[in-house]
Amino acid sequence: MSRNFKILLLLAAIGIMLIIRRFAIGLGASTALSDGYPLGLWIALDVVVGTALACGGYAVALLVYIFNRGQYHPLVRPAILTSALGYSMAGLSVAIDLGRPWNMWKIPLYFRNWNLNSALLEVALCIMAYVCVLWIELTPAMLKPSRITRFLDRILVWIIALGMLLPTMHQSSLGSLMLLAGPKLHPLWNTPLLPLLFLITCLAMGYAMVVFESAISRRHTALLAVLQKIAVFAGIAFVALRLIDLALRSRLSIAMHLDLYGIIFWIEIVLWLMPAMIANPFRGAMCIALAGGLYRFDTFLVAFQPGPGWHYFPSVSEMFISIGLIALEIAIYIALVKRFPILGGMPAQEHSRVAQAFQPAPRHQETT
Amino acid sequence: MDIDRRSLLKTAAAAATLTIIPAAEARERRVAPSDAVGLLYDTTRCVGCKACVVACKQANEMAPDVDGYGGGLYDAPEGLNEYTKNVIALYREGEEQSFVKKQCMHCIDPACVGACMLGAMHKGAFGVVSYDAAKCVGCRYCETVCPFNVPKFEWSKKAPKIVKCELCRHRLAEGKEPACSEVCPRGAVIFGRYADLLADARERLAKNPGKYVPKIYGERELGGTQVLYLSHVPFEKLGFRFQGEEAVPHVQQSVQHGVYKGFAAPVALYALLGAVMFRNRRRGDSDE
Ligand code: SF4
Ligand code: SF4
Ligand code: SF4
Repeated sequence: MSRNFKILLLLAAIGIMLIIRRFAIGLGASTALSDGYPLGLWIALDVVVGTALACGGYAVALLVYIFNRGQYHPLVRPAILTSALGYSMAGLSVAIDLGRPWNMWKIPLYFRNWNLNSALLEVALCIMAYVCVLWIELTPAMLKPSRITRFLDRILVWIIALGMLLPTMHQSSLGSLMLLAGPKLHPLWNTPLLPLLFLITCLAMGYAMVVFESAISRRHTALLAVLQKIAVFAGIAFVALRLIDLALRSRLSIAMHLDLYGIIFWIEIVLWLMPAMIANPFRGAMCIALAGGLYRFDTFLVAFQPGPGWHYFPSVSEMFISIGLIALEIAIYIALVKRFPILGGMPAQEHSRVAQAFQPAPRHQETT
Repeated sequence: MDIDRRSLLKTAAAAATLTIIPAAEARERRVAPSDAVGLLYDTTRCVGCKACVVACKQANEMAPDVDGYGGGLYDAPEGLNEYTKNVIALYREGEEQSFVKKQCMHCIDPACVGACMLGAMHKGAFGVVSYDAAKCVGCRYCETVCPFNVPKFEWSKKAPKIVKCELCRHRLAEGKEPACSEVCPRGAVIFGRYADLLADARERLAKNPGKYVPKIYGERELGGTQVLYLSHVPFEKLGFRFQGEEAVPHVQQSVQHGVYKGFAAPVALYALLGAVMFRNRRRGDSDE
């Protein structure tokens, strides 16, 4: 075990102990949450930012399966793995954050009570389903060929399609969540375009994550330039949409007002445009991840204005639980990547009919 | 190949437009249900005796709130909280002073109900917005969206619930009026049918020109509320932050319904994604 890995495990262990404490002493005593700020770090960071960073699987799947760029196929599996881990951790964060988690099972099963107006219901159902879809997509890499994998293989197209539909739905609905906060959301962030802006950010952040992973593992670096271009394009589109929207609703003057909100707004905008000026894909991706993360975090916490007298700054427990979960996620990623054929793209011994059909269109690959 | 890809991009773009661009559908402004009841509070009549605060605690079996003023000696809530569904606040600025009663507004088009996944927050009989812990997962989204910051969470408990005024629906079911209006010695808060309360408020405004700010808060604000207010000081000063007339769920639900179109859009997108993948795969095969 390397030293870094030990540090990860230590952080994860601290996080897990604090999670146990959270259930022992209750939410009030272990968090800085209040009736003014009922949602805090766990939701804004681990769920809203975390799932967007976990959209690599979604973004690459679109590229490979819908836009038929088969050359990106080697990126699919590592991306799906990070997505599966990211979404699982987000689900865990939600379970820790909920005040009455023992009622969670009722969300999918009490369908007669479903409130179809609730964007949160849609987010919850889609994320639950998507976590399952992601792990199913990974089974061919993790299980020995058997009757189950052969069955999964046959329906894999529809599972992969689901793996693209579900993020489209819940990532945009995450934006709708704050649309319902309406007047409590600062006017620079409160726009009917929230669902669309959230969808763009998750795609851009998804591509950024794939760039990271590939750059760190020093694989497939030739493909990164194109991913970088997509991220740049997404950033420009995002900024254009936001500014035009503000202009049309005559709110640009609010952005010119350089108070805390105005400044944060412009920091977001500049971060989105940075990759267009940076040649290095790694740094460009870093900017996109930061820009998107900041935008999402701001929408849920900074731009949320519950009224005079309310303040929020996460407690030490909250922070270490977040850090612990992230450390755990990275540790599991490293362990799985070592154990299973994930990073090398398709292993030679795999006899997956669908997977083979999805190999790059001109197929000259003898190797990997 | 290139042309195909372009047409493909076009289909994808069309699908995206179909599903994502907010095709805001006209959403009707809601009206109070025909059996709606509510409260009418009048700042000029309230003397700040807090009899209603005590009565509310008794009627709802709420624990005293000793966290605030007095070092544990007094039940002295500083605002609505997990022990307190009703509170009398004081606004004072120079000579000008007013009490104001705070509890759930029983919105005609409530944000909390729009938020709640399984309908733990529910607008039911008499238009009362009620809470059912059995369907609540404790997500606190209702708190996040309520424009009046009414729902409160039992932060101190390990099995927390949401706490909010339910217009004493357990008393309404027995044919009794809410505890707060029943005990008020000055008639500052009265209970009645929503339509009657509105008529009463209009009459008070008409008969006493100059006595009140010429507005009934809750008649139109945020889509209308079943609890109505008359005041002699501007409503903003009493803590009513929002004066707009649009109901909070209006935009979100218009967007959501526009995008989902009764779930037809996601199904169409799913079919499209599957179809495109099959086509790509066939092309991949025939290339060999
Ligand atoms: S005041 Fe708040 S809690 Fe009461 S009905 Fe309206 S939105 Fe719901
Ligand atoms: S905290 Fe409970 S009542 Fe409030 S929105 Fe969540 S599930 Fe509904
Ligand atoms: S109606 Fe009942 S619960 Fe609501 S404030 Fe009055 S006494 Fe309290």
